[in-house]
Amino acid sequence: MASRKKTDNDTALNRSLLHSMILQRRFEEKVAEAYALGKVGGFCHLYIGQEAVSTGILSLLRDDDYVLTTYRDHGQAIVRGMSPRSVMAELFGRIDGCSRGKGGSMHLFDRHVNFLGGHGIVGGHVPIATGVGFAIKYRGGDQVCICFMGEAAVNNGAFHESLNMAGLWRLPVVYVIENNRYGMGTAVERASSIADMHVRGDTYSMANEVVDGQDVFAVRDATQEAIDRARKDYAPTLLEVRTYRFMGHSMSDAASGTYRTKDELEQYRKRDPINLLKGKMQADKSLSDADLTAMEAEIGATVQDSWDFADASPEPPLEALYEDVYVGTST
Amino acid sequence: MPLITYRDALNQALREEMNRDDRVFLMGEEVGVYNGAYKVSKGLLEEFGEMRVVDTPITELGFTGVGVGAAMVGLRPIVEFMTWNFALLALDQIVNAAAKMLYMSGGQFPMPMVFRGPNGAALQLSAQHSQAWESWLAHIPGLKVVTPGTPYDAKGLLKSAIRDDNPVIVLEGEMLYNTKGEVPDEDYVIPLGKADLKREGDHCSIITSGKMALVAMQVADQMAKDGIRIDVVDLRTIRPMDVDAITASVRKTNRAVVLEEGWEICGIGAQVVDYIQRDCFDHLDAPVLRVHQADVPMPYAKGIEKAAKPDVAKTIAAVKKVMYIES
Repeated sequence: MASRKKTDNDTALNRSLLHSMILQRRFEEKVAEAYALGKVGGFCHLYIGQEAVSTGILSLLRDDDYVLTTYRDHGQAIVRGMSPRSVMAELFGRIDGCSRGKGGSMHLFDRHVNFLGGHGIVGGHVPIATGVGFAIKYRGGDQVCICFMGEAAVNNGAFHESLNMAGLWRLPVVYVIENNRYGMGTAVERASSIADMHVRGDTYSMANEVVDGQDVFAVRDATQEAIDRARKDYAPTLLEVRTYRFMGHSMSDAASGTYRTKDELEQYRKRDPINLLKGKMQADKSLSDADLTAMEAEIGATVQDSWDFADASPEPPLEALYEDVYVGTST
Repeated sequence: MPLITYRDALNQALREEMNRDDRVFLMGEEVGVYNGAYKVSKGLLEEFGEMRVVDTPITELGFTGVGVGAAMVGLRPIVEFMTWNFALLALDQIVNAAAKMLYMSGGQFPMPMVFRGPNGAALQLSAQHSQAWESWLAHIPGLKVVTPGTPYDAKGLLKSAIRDDNPVIVLEGEMLYNTKGEVPDEDYVIPLGKADLKREGDHCSIITSGKMALVAMQVADQMAKDGIRIDVVDLRTIRPMDVDAITASVRKTNRAVVLEEGWEICGIGAQVVDYIQRDCFDHLDAPVLRVHQADVPMPYAKGIEKAAKPDVAKTIAAVKKVMYIES
């Protein structure tokens, strides 16, 4: 597994990476609190434990690149540049939410930062990301499209059909398998005929690599190569990023006990991506206790502000029910 | 006015719209080198190149999703299915993605795209290749569904569908591709959601669409010989449906037969009958009857295949029944 660390001595960068990861963590802890209070409803899938993946990958994008992801989308939305306010308001089902309260947790969208959702059907967004790659090439652009998915998606047809076309047509898409070891409650060994997800890229003549997803620098290194490949040659990449979710599949199941043991969870928690980066920065003295306290305080205020904003935002008015089914214009 | 086939009318529509807007492209199985499984895209690869006339692998779910993604970022894809029967593999993209993206993004992502191809039964293709999908697709808010029955309508409706900023389903007919009709050379569009009165009469309404509009016109022509004047309402668009055209006709004739290619249960006809009972209750002189495919998968053998399909004879029998004419 690749664990190169080419980019870990830039203090400003490291602080921004740490900030990005802690912001996601604190935001989602707040979401869990809101869910317990009934302020957030429906399905709600937390990303806690996987923050180095979103931060590592999205920290390398340009503003004009594109991102698609699954229903476990809060962290990626925020890292991509969506405001915590608009995300929290969406989770609260309010009119000031990014999707005007019509999408909820699973369907975060923001066209201003090219965040193309938040998709609820496992694997269903993989062909869509492929189409975004097609459009980039159609226009002769040099953007990339990042497509996040869980490891359970790679067993379905949409994934394979997409990778075949991306390999065949050379489309600038980086497919990122976040292998958190469980598709809901089914361990990867019980769902996939092979253990190394990334080698599926070989089938479609596609560069592929497996990366330590708890190490933000390793994620960035592999991603940078994939992005360069896409921008330069319209070549797709399949990255398998090995990570772990510290919470249940959604808010409705316990973190451990049913399909994985508490011991296993505890073992993985020792490689919390935030603690790994924090520890490194403390060890090389690029982050003082005071720095960390200040960062936590600022993030805490941002998260609280998102809650206050969401709480004060009105619910969508009844007339919104029939809006956005069709657009009224034509070319 | 030139007399051309339905196939060539569609081809003209594609060519004109691809010339008009370079965001428009066509993708699907055999659309390029092969010139289209039914030759609808003949000559387009040569004219527009392989970036705009895209031969895909046989991978309906995948390439339909590629269309959705391209539409999300501003292109205007036309996704061709070799038949709508194959599109079942792509329903996740049509129903879960294209139809809902605008709504679940709070209005941020329109889906300006067209899904098109032959629908319904041809001849002796048996169960998996002989199905009419109108009611499945029209059930979904977010989609528009058009069913052109004539070459003139095919060109005008496809052009409107391509220009529409919503996902539009275009249901063509394998048995229609060779039919001929008058089609202007020049640019024209037919607004979506507007029915067409294909025959005018005051004795009984036949409300229909697509391929069955031809059957209805034959019925009207035959019955005219006996002095029976049929109003043929060709819906042309199934969603949004032109309810005013239906009710105007039924209020005039006081009798109606609803003719559709698909199955009875939860079919398009059920919806039409509901509009009639709601809006024309006091105008009806007889119960409304429906003519449709037999409630079975389509068989192969000629005799029982014919027995399964709605046709002129069955429609005439239904009209006579609502007119209380002994046959």
